[in-house]
Amino acid sequence: MTASELLAQAAFSAGHNVQVIPSFGSERTGAPVVSFCRLSDEAIRTRELVQVPDAVIVQDPTLLTALDPFAALAPGGWAVVNTRRTATEVREMCPDAPAEPGRLVTVPADDIVREHLGQPKPSAALLGAFAAVTGQITLDAVLAAVRDRFKGRVAEGNCKAAEAAHQWVLDHAETAPAGAASAAKEA
Amino acid sequence: MRELLEGSQAVAKTVARCRPGVVCAYPISPQTHIVEALSVLTRTGALKNCEYLNVESEFAAMSVSIGSSATGARTYTATASQGLLYMSEAVFNAAGLQLPIVMTVANRALGAPINIWNDHSDSLALRDSGWLQLYAGDNQEAADLHVIAFKIAEELALPVMVCMDGFVLTHASDVVELPTQEEVDAFLPPITPRNPLDVEHPLSIGMMAGPESFTEVKYLQHTAMVDALAVVERVGAEFEAAFDRPSGRPVRTFHGAGEDGDTVVIAMGSVLGTLQTVTERMRADGAPIKLVGLTSFRPFPTEALQAAVGSAKHVVVIDRAIELGGRGLVHPEIRIALADGGLTPDVSSVVAGLGGRSISEASLEAVLGEALAGPLAEVRFLDLNEQVVGGR
Repeated sequence: MTASELLAQAAFSAGHNVQVIPSFGSERTGAPVVSFCRLSDEAIRTRELVQVPDAVIVQDPTLLTALDPFAALAPGGWAVVNTRRTATEVREMCPDAPAEPGRLVTVPADDIVREHLGQPKPSAALLGAFAAVTGQITLDAVLAAVRDRFKGRVAEGNCKAAEAAHQWVLDHAETAPAGAASAAKEA
Repeated sequence: MRELLEGSQAVAKTVARCRPGVVCAYPISPQTHIVEALSVLTRTGALKNCEYLNVESEFAAMSVSIGSSATGARTYTATASQGLLYMSEAVFNAAGLQLPIVMTVANRALGAPINIWNDHSDSLALRDSGWLQLYAGDNQEAADLHVIAFKIAEELALPVMVCMDGFVLTHASDVVELPTQEEVDAFLPPITPRNPLDVEHPLSIGMMAGPESFTEVKYLQHTAMVDALAVVERVGAEFEAAFDRPSGRPVRTFHGAGEDGDTVVIAMGSVLGTLQTVTERMRADGAPIKLVGLTSFRPFPTEALQAAVGSAKHVVVIDRAIELGGRGLVHPEIRIALADGGLTPDVSSVVAGLGGRSISEASLEAVLGEALAGPLAEVRFLDLNEQVVGGR
């Protein structure tokens, strides 16, 4: 939920129309949860749950052994996975994971947030990685959304984690990520 | 200012800008975020001159609302589903006592089986409670309708429910433009209570009415609801003039206005967003289809619906609640309204999205495609799993 709301806020600040629809009702610690986010330059009217996502962000790597979160992913879509595993290892576990180099990115976000935030809350870090992988939003927009939502130490820890995950993707991606150009521009 | 807000936050902020004197509620999903936000706004002093009361049940919430409204305070509450049923005795009393309470219903299914997700069976079960019922199509309308509701309620001395789809709207974040404090103050004057309880000027309300007067009281309640439609229409037009948004129109034609559409789809609530996406696409492919949204269910805007349907051959009502053994709950109302106007399209009821089942564009497009080809069965269930119901 937090990640989809931060993503929407980042995209809204950049001038896009956005919509967040959580998976309703089953939110509790440890339960599988799905939250949907639409970004568009057109008005967003539909209320159906996203059926064919252009991107999937997997926050909990234990889900990879229970289900294939990429089953409905659009052809040419992106996947960002919070795991220490490599993209190749994830593809072996999940046959529907994107095969195209650079379209599936793994990032050890739990390790990154543990270092910078001290809590296993990887949302902002994964959005930093998402910005690097997809180029659909900028790292700056993610940082602004984090500071809009959180204050003080929590905000700064999350921002550091987002920056570190963003850099991690730039350093480790199989091919030059789509967000690399905007990252260079920001730098 | 356009901002990204959860539907519940948008409603809470807007209600606060209506300057309620009393907010009294008992939490229940999916209404909880609204009253939690109002609690924070009162406790932090952002909402001034407002008493926030957390009570022990929904029955108490409506009873306290009745008391506070009777003293002349602008009064707000919110509930859903079983909570609405639990307060239902007091809900009818609020209308009979002519108290202009505004209540959000975060629409949710009724048990059994227990289900916390969205459909319209809760508010429609209280169709005859004497409250006005306005249904929001999206979160912009959900926010706007509260400003509109207070104005209508206080002018008519009748209570108003603002119904918004639970979770689908209450928990979704959308880009909205809320009426500012200055705009609300300009649109909604301070409350002028009709007959407030006042120790300096004692009066009794809620007296027993025997057989000699009960019919007359009910007749006056009936005529008040008949007369309410003109006020709903006028306040909706005033809102549109002030805010340049059609949120308060009792009936909305989304596209195809003025056309003689072959097929007209009628719905209430958030499914209208998905329907807009579907019918726009079908129209681009040449389908003679029109989409009509019903915002005011009570009072029922008969003439506006007749005008919107016109000479259409087929009418499809997307129903979010059912009369067991019958059909969707809105369907008969539409059929009677059209017949009263001498209109004779076939009217079918598509029961959809019960207990939170997501209504997909593909399913809507398929059923509307069938409707264009010829009359649908009088009632059908969208996406019914035939295997589960065993061939029934």
